Amino acid sequence: MTTTSSTDAGTTATPMVEVRGVHKEFGRGADAVHVLRGVDLTVARGSVTVVLGPSGSGKSTLLRCVNELEEITAGSIVVDGERMGYREDAKGVLHRLHPKVIARQRQRIGMVFQRFHLFPHMTALENVMEAPVQVRGMSKRDARTRALQLLERVGLGDRTDHYPAQLSGGQQQRVAIARALAMDPELMLFDEPTSALDPELVGEVLAVMKDLAADGMTMIVVTHEIGFAREVADHVVFMDQGVIVEEGAPAQVIDSPREQRTQEFLAHVL
Amino acid sequence: MSDPIPHRIHARPVPRPGRFLAAAVVLVLAAMVVNGLVTNPNYRWDTVWLYLRDVVVIRGVMWTLVLTFGSMAIAVVLAVLLAVMRRSDNPVMRWVAWAYIWFFRGTPIYTQLVFWGLLAVLYPRLSLGIPFGPEFFSFSTRDVITAFWAALIGLALNEAAYLAEIVRAGLSSVDPGQTEAAKALGMKDSKILRRVVLPQAMRVIVPPTGNETISMLKTTSLVIAVPFTHDLFYATNAIGNRLYQTIPLLVIAAIWYLLITSVLMVGQHYLERYYGRGFGTETGRRRAGGGTGPSGSRKERKARKQDLIRQSGTTKDDPFLEVTP
Repeated sequence: MTTTSSTDAGTTATPMVEVRGVHKEFGRGADAVHVLRGVDLTVARGSVTVVLGPSGSGKSTLLRCVNELEEITAGSIVVDGERMGYREDAKGVLHRLHPKVIARQRQRIGMVFQRFHLFPHMTALENVMEAPVQVRGMSKRDARTRALQLLERVGLGDRTDHYPAQLSGGQQQRVAIARALAMDPELMLFDEPTSALDPELVGEVLAVMKDLAADGMTMIVVTHEIGFAREVADHVVFMDQGVIVEEGAPAQVIDSPREQRTQEFLAHVL
Repeated sequence: MSDPIPHRIHARPVPRPGRFLAAAVVLVLAAMVVNGLVTNPNYRWDTVWLYLRDVVVIRGVMWTLVLTFGSMAIAVVLAVLLAVMRRSDNPVMRWVAWAYIWFFRGTPIYTQLVFWGLLAVLYPRLSLGIPFGPEFFSFSTRDVITAFWAALIGLALNEAAYLAEIVRAGLSSVDPGQTEAAKALGMKDSKILRRVVLPQAMRVIVPPTGNETISMLKTTSLVIAVPFTHDLFYATNAIGNRLYQTIPLLVIAAIWYLLITSVLMVGQHYLERYYGRGFGTETGRRRAGGGTGPSGSRKERKARKQDLIRQSGTTKDDPFLEVTP
C-alpha cells in the first residue's frame, strides 16, 4: 500500500517533507484550542529548516504532527512521498492507517526532544541499541557495533556504559541524537533540543547538529538559537499564532525581516 | 583533639518530663499484657508447644503458602492484563476491566469464595465449544474444580482487582515522554509497554504488591467458605475443636501467621530497598549516581539501576494507591 513506488520516484526534485494546509485543534467544541491555523511548508532534501517563534506559536506542535505524535485536524503531511497517518483510496476517501503502519512510518523519522527522554533503565549503549534490535530485528552484535560508532560520532565513546542519570544534560541529549540516528532516519526532527540545557552545555549539542547538517541530513529544528539558525539553516521559518508569518533564507528572515511580528520577536531574542 | 569549629554550642536540651511519664505508663501496660499472656493458665502453653509442630499444622502451613503464592502469581498476570485493558483505546475493554474491578472489590471475598464453592451446583457441567454453538467436549464441574482450585481461583480473581489498580497506578506514574520517545523510534505499543514502561513502573508496583502478599497470607484463612479444609487456620481450628481447647490452637495459628508474615516482611524490606522506594533518607546510596557503569555484582547493578530510574525523574513517587482494607 505504500513505499516502494514512492521511494523510487523520490528524486532530488521531490521534497522530503510537504506540509499542506495543516490545522491542529486540541479538544472539541467550546474548549477547542486551535493551535495550527493552516500551515504550508516544504522541506527540501538535505536541507536544514529552522523554525523560530514565540512559545505557543505552534512550532513544536507542527513538529510533532510531522511524525504523527499528534493527529492533524485538517490538511496533509507527506514525508518522502508517503502521506503520514492516512491512506487515500481511489474514490478520494481517507482511511486512518493501522498503528503498526504508522509505527513503520515513524522509523524513517528521527526525533530529539527538549527533555531528552532517554530510557533511564538502560545504559547509553543500550538506549542506542534498543530500536535497531527491537524494531528492526538487528542482531545484538551488529546493533552494538553500530551503536558504538554512533556514540563515538557524538563524542561519547567513553560514556557507553553510563546510565542517563550519570550523564550531564548535554551528554544525554547527544545520546538521544545517537539513539535517533541508530534507525538510519531520512529526516531528523529537533524539538528545542538545547532549551533544557545549562548554557555551557548548549555548544556541544549544537556542534553535533552542525556536523549532522554538514553530512547532508534533512533536518527540521525548532529552536531559540538564532546563531545556529543563521549559521546552519538553509531555510528559516518564523511562526506566530499557528501560522507561518515569514520564511526565507536566514539572512533575509533574521537580518532583514519584512514582517513586523518577526521584527518584534527578533528584537526580544537577539 | 582540636575541634575545627570554634565555640561549638553545648546547650542543655529542652526538659521533657512528659516523655518519661508517657514511656513509663506504656511500659507498665505492656508488662501487664505480657504477664497476662504468660501467667494465665487458660492459654495452655503446654498444649501450644505440643501442637505447634504437629504434622497436621505443618501441612496446613504448606497449603496456606501454596494458596498464598499460587493465587498471587495468577493475580499478578491478571492484574497486568486488567490494567492494560483499563488504559486501552477500546471502550469495551475499558468498561469490562472497570466492571471487573468494581465487582470484585465491591463484594466480600468470603461471599466470592462461597460462590466458587457452589460453582458445581450452579453449573454442573462445563463444556468447551463455540459460544451459543456446538460443544466439543464437556466435563463435570465437580471433577475439575475441586475445593483447592475453587479456593485458588477465588482468591486470585479477587486479588487481581486490587493489584490491577496498583499496576495501573504504576503504569501512569511513568512519564508520558518515555512512551513518546519510544513511539518516535517506531516501536509498537506492546513493545513500548514491555521494554520501556513496565520496567520503570515496577518501582511503584512492587512495594505495594509485597503488602498485598502479606495481606493474602491471612486472607487464605477464609477458604473455609469454599470449603477447603487443609489450610493452616482450618487445621488448627479442627484440632482445637477436637481437644475442646480452642484458645491454644488459635494461638498456634497466630504464631505461624506471625512467623510467615515476619519472613515476608524481611523479603519486602529488601524488595523495597531494591526498588529504591523511600530513597533519600538512607545514607551511602547516593553514590549510586556517581558510579561508572556496570561494575559490582548483578544484584548491586540492578539496585543501582532502580536508583537511576528514580533520579531521572521519569516516574512519580506518590501515585494514588489502593490498598486492601
